[in-house]
Amino acid sequence: MTLAASTISARDSSAPLCAPDAPAASVIARGLSKAYGGNAVLRGLDFLVPEGQFVAIVGRSGCGKSTLLRLIAGLETPDAGRLSVGPTNANPRVSARVMFQEPRLLPWARVLDNVAVGLGADADRADARQRADEALRRVGLADRAGEWPAVLSGGQKQRVALARALVSRPRLLALDEPLGALDALTRIEMQRLQESVWLRERFTAILVTHDVAEAIALADRIVMIEQGVLALDVKVDLPRPRQHGSPEAARLSASILARLLAEDARE
Amino acid sequence: MTDATSAQLDFVAKSAAAARPTRMRNLGERGAGWALPVASLVLWQGASSLGWIGESFLPSPLAVLKAAWRLTLSGQLPENVWVSFLRAMAGLVVGGGIGFALGLANGLSRVSFGLTDTTLQMARNVPHLALIPLVIFWFGIEEEAKLFLVALGVFFPLYVNTLHGVRSVDPQLIEMARSYGFDRWHLFWRVILPGALPSIFVGLRFALGVMWLTLIVAETIAAQSGIGYMAMQGREFMQVDVVVLAILIYAMLGKLADATACALERRCLSWHPAFQSKP
Repeated sequence: MTLAASTISARDSSAPLCAPDAPAASVIARGLSKAYGGNAVLRGLDFLVPEGQFVAIVGRSGCGKSTLLRLIAGLETPDAGRLSVGPTNANPRVSARVMFQEPRLLPWARVLDNVAVGLGADADRADARQRADEALRRVGLADRAGEWPAVLSGGQKQRVALARALVSRPRLLALDEPLGALDALTRIEMQRLQESVWLRERFTAILVTHDVAEAIALADRIVMIEQGVLALDVKVDLPRPRQHGSPEAARLSASILARLLAEDARE
Repeated sequence: MTDATSAQLDFVAKSAAAARPTRMRNLGERGAGWALPVASLVLWQGASSLGWIGESFLPSPLAVLKAAWRLTLSGQLPENVWVSFLRAMAGLVVGGGIGFALGLANGLSRVSFGLTDTTLQMARNVPHLALIPLVIFWFGIEEEAKLFLVALGVFFPLYVNTLHGVRSVDPQLIEMARSYGFDRWHLFWRVILPGALPSIFVGLRFALGVMWLTLIVAETIAAQSGIGYMAMQGREFMQVDVVVLAILIYAMLGKLADATACALERRCLSWHPAFQSKP
């Protein structure tokens, strides 16, 4: 465990800055602990994310991966440990945006207004509509701006949610299994969209997923949480855009799955 | 409570009807709703004309219409309708406004809820019409008596449904709004209030039913003007046509209030799948 943590710190110190003029947020977590009703979910977890990196967190359900993401996004506070998000350790709600498993669109706001929600306190400003419109164009839904969310398909709703998360140009995007409820084809489509957006904007992305193939398709690095700490930290060194089912991807996927299942067998 | 149940059924039926596609069909359905009342009127008139129903037992629709014309010419009818309408609206605004405000306060604040909800739930179980003798003691047959009773009657449906609406707003949406940096003000205006609105409208439509019921009773027992008073005068002077006219006017006012609430609902809840026509 300690070995895994030290490798990460070593890599962190040598990590290059991807966008020097507007450095994306980085995450530094030290000895992070969180318990729910006496049940410890995270136990002194160390986690470092260099700026601009796309990290996937995998693990069995209930391992604490969503909890870690919620702590990073500022939705919850840690019981112990130190957590800083962003270059200036600003309030995570300023620099981080979350995409949830459900689209969580406001049913009573048109698609465009839902995207403008992502501007937070800036939503009343004059250029809000223009910025929302542009974000909507980036996810390919500019023609649905005036619709109610209720008439959109599941995939379209998640794309609106992505536009909402991106409209404020966040430095950190926390993705909590945002594609979990989509069908297989829409998932692949959304993965490609997420990748292209990330390649263009180079924010730090933290993706929680139970799907190892999805993690391999998107992430620079995959970490696994086990017993409340990081148990595995693998670099994914495959060229982008990645092919589903390429031999390297399959090999990596097999080794991570073997590790996940080994843990299963131990219990 | 029959009022409440029928309002709820009506609500469901209207929602389903609104979802159907064509305008023509909508018109057809609306027409169908009036078929039964019109048929009953025709039957009633026929039975009266044939002498099956005595004029002193139940006057014919034509006789009622004549009475309406007579009272309109004398100015009595418009004046009494206006007085009743004003009383109903004043009671609705005062009682409904307080119910709405308390519902919001108790839905948003744990302290406010803890302080007042138990008391309100106890008071809710007292039939407000049971207070009539007391109200006559306090206010006599002045306007305050009617205002008090109507306001009390409409208070509870609005309070209960506003509270329920605020509490049942999807917590995931609230979490989303918080994580996107909404302050309390924006959270209320853009998430909580719109989310509570469907339930608030159910409360409003219940309240309208209670409003007319209360006003009828109050005006029949203690008033010197209004439709209920007009009906009681009719009884004293053996004018059955005036009594029947008063009952019919209550029915029409009730329907009018409900239709207004429905139109308002359709306008405010146009985002709701139940009120959307599929393209």
